[in-house]
Amino acid sequence: MSSITISHLGAGYGKVRVIQDLSMEVRSGETVALLGTNGNGKSTLIKCVMGLLTPAEGSIKAEIDGVTHELAGMKTEDIVSLGIALVPEGRRLFPRLTVEENLTIGAFRRVARKVLPRNIDFCFEAFPRLKERRTQLAGSMSGGEQQMLALGRAVMSEPRILLIDEPSVGLAPLLVKRTIEKIAELKHEKQLTVLMAEQNFHQALRIADRGYVIVHGEIAFAGNSAAELNENDLIKKLYMGL
Amino acid sequence: MSNLRFWASGLLLVLVGWLLGRLVSNEYAFFAGYSVLQYILLATAWNILGGYAGYVNFGTAAFFALGAYVSVALNKLYAPPLPVLIVAGGVASGLVGLLMGSLTLKLRGVFFSIATLALAIVSQAVITNWEFVGGASGAYVLRPRQGPLGGSYIEYLFYTMLVMAVAAVALARTIERSRFGYGLAAIRDDEAAAEASGVPTLKLKLLATVASGTLMGMAGAPLPFYVAYLDPPSAFNLAYAVNTIAMPLVGGTGTWIGPVLGAILLTVVQETAMVTISSAANLLIVGLLMVGFITLAPNGIVGMVRKIREGRR
Repeated sequence: MSSITISHLGAGYGKVRVIQDLSMEVRSGETVALLGTNGNGKSTLIKCVMGLLTPAEGSIKAEIDGVTHELAGMKTEDIVSLGIALVPEGRRLFPRLTVEENLTIGAFRRVARKVLPRNIDFCFEAFPRLKERRTQLAGSMSGGEQQMLALGRAVMSEPRILLIDEPSVGLAPLLVKRTIEKIAELKHEKQLTVLMAEQNFHQALRIADRGYVIVHGEIAFAGNSAAELNENDLIKKLYMGL
Repeated sequence: MSNLRFWASGLLLVLVGWLLGRLVSNEYAFFAGYSVLQYILLATAWNILGGYAGYVNFGTAAFFALGAYVSVALNKLYAPPLPVLIVAGGVASGLVGLLMGSLTLKLRGVFFSIATLALAIVSQAVITNWEFVGGASGAYVLRPRQGPLGGSYIEYLFYTMLVMAVAAVALARTIERSRFGYGLAAIRDDEAAAEASGVPTLKLKLLATVASGTLMGMAGAPLPFYVAYLDPPSAFNLAYAVNTIAMPLVGGTGTWIGPVLGAILLTVVQETAMVTISSAANLLIVGLLMVGFITLAPNGIVGMVRKIREGRR
């Protein structure tokens, strides 16, 4: 069991408020899409959950195996230790380290180190390309391969909850499709709870159970199913100008 | 290189150094050899923070001179044996590393470097005004004629430095291959991503600063006996900071062998220039070599060798 409940969250940078009074939840075993165009606070929200940004107000509660933790104010390394992993926007690999070294660093968490060999095998099975390139420098791979490595690195920490920030950034349409499918596959095999921020809402809704539309740092619409979101007027207005 | 081979060659090196020392009768050989070993130790220490974690420390002279001055002070008070002075110097510089690290390691990149430079200047001012250790006029330290193991005292200093240098290289190599080393490499490549991957970045950086500072302090502790007269301008000489940055760069950062190669090359070239050309030419040569390496072989000697090897395949 693993879930996240965010209530009345406010956050920003310096005097600039990006998120206002935002409440949402990700229930156990769900894939939730966080939709919205650039500059509406998706990444800021994800940074708050990971402890990379301290929220100004509100709470972020993570429930993992029956124990509830307040994430606001916790250090990132401790949040990762709880079993929450991030696939950062733009992948953010360690470009001058090899594929295998990148994966090993993903398993920095104490719990993850014990199952490191098993998880490396898992990653190489899920992404055969990474196995072929295990001794290659991460920075020398193509964008699609790098996205696979970023996913693999996050899975290496043996997470229960996976946060993914804009997995489609900088990828060709075909690769976006494949990446999204891989996320669904990983989620299924590792029994993860997934929160995914994404601009490409068509692709995101292919695998999402539910979704939130975030506009100017507030939840503008909460869709209880992919169909509901697809039919939504706000989304049509935001994405298609209709 | 496998573990066994590394340790065997390390031990062999100490033995060979000792045997060679037995054969040599010219004292200058020990003076020059000590200088090479001291720089291997300093460059290796710098590389733990600068090469592995990518945090450029301009304050080598501060840690190094602190070790030397702790030695001067303790020697004046109790005159304990050299190993005690080395431990004391290491502890003092390690503590300063901890203090400086906790104040400045939240700064990234160039800001950290500026802070370390400031540390060197501040500590020089403090020592210059501390009369007990000689203040601005410097301190004389009487070098015993005989070392405790027989032979001259300079010979004893040489062996002590040999053991410390080999131990430091072994430590650096162990760090490089450990979880700690992976964490530092992650910080060097992308600190934000390292943090998001659960690497306790601040803790690891602090640990690296303490390890680096401790080794530099240990390198400085025997210095008063080596030079016999120590004053702030020479103990805090800019040459220490420049050399310890230049050596890993020339040899290749990020690996344990890089600073060793760089230290040997640069010290030998400088010693030779000092004896044959002029005693002022040494920093000029370091500068030229640094420019040459940065433009022609940015990954140092190690990178060059790797390239040639890969080209052959």
